[in-house]
Amino acid sequence: MLQPKKINRSLDILLVEDNHGDAVLTYEAFKSCKTPVDLIRVRDGEEAMLSLRKEGRYAGVRIPDLILLDLNMPKKNGLEVLKEVKSDHRLQEIPVMVLTSSQSNRDTEDTYEAKANFYMVKPANLDGFYEVMKYVEDIWLSSLQYRTDSEKS
Amino acid sequence: MSRTHYFFKEPALYNHENRIPEILLVEDNPDDVLLITEAFKESSIMTHLNVVGDGEETLDYLNRKGKYAGAVAPDFIILDLNLPRMDGRTFLKRIKSENLFKSIPIIVLTSSRSDLDIREVWALNANCYIVKPSDLDGYIETVKKIRDFWTTVVVLPPKPSAVA
Repeated sequence: MLQPKKINRSLDILLVEDNHGDAVLTYEAFKSCKTPVDLIRVRDGEEAMLSLRKEGRYAGVRIPDLILLDLNMPKKNGLEVLKEVKSDHRLQEIPVMVLTSSQSNRDTEDTYEAKANFYMVKPANLDGFYEVMKYVEDIWLSSLQYRTDSEKS
Repeated sequence: MSRTHYFFKEPALYNHENRIPEILLVEDNPDDVLLITEAFKESSIMTHLNVVGDGEETLDYLNRKGKYAGAVAPDFIILDLNLPRMDGRTFLKRIKSENLFKSIPIIVLTSSRSDLDIREVWALNANCYIVKPSDLDGYIETVKKIRDFWTTVVVLPPKPSAVA
């Protein structure tokens, strides 16, 4: 059997979040991870799609290993971004984590149907973010590391 | 927007207040079944874990066919890849193309670390891919993390009314 080729680079994460405070909390929580992470943050859905398609000022960015997506955002909301990502053959394999303050059944249902990998309600404070990030790291970042560089190019 | 998260009983962790998570384990190896069942029991979080042995049986379970007439729709499925009759990949493809079931989160838990499997599973829209650690303690720890993550951190999709 093929042995996994663990990637020798940090994981690229795209954070799509309009709220500055939440972005800071997420960033701080990721800094606590053992896995090195490169976090790029965009402020709305339109910017997210520009960066994923490497358009304009995002010409040089890498395709992320993971997308962290807020739902309620100006211009283009999270659900629209999710649907665009999952219907674009170059992007559809990127795991998408929805991180939102919405707890509506409708939002949960819509995002799972649109193939989000999972849905998480934003913790109330930094300790909460740390707590959640421990799981995200153990369950997620570790398995993402088995993806190879060739897969991303 | 309100930033009051009154529903957090525990710091940070989301609590599925009114329901005991129903979990379906698709695994043919009795040793794996035993280990995963035990790991799920060792928790203050109550869960119902049901076990089926292959993909075909799982479809029967979900469609409540035959002996599964009284089956309860699972909140999420833990899926092994290498199974008799219908294997995990075929099952994944089937379930993710059925409107009634495609929202059920599927956590692939397998000993396979092959690039090919990993790519295929992601392409088939599995919700999570986890490699079974080869040491026993690591394996148990991993199962407990899956249990806690998917029952307390993640918000699960609402139950599809047609099967709930």
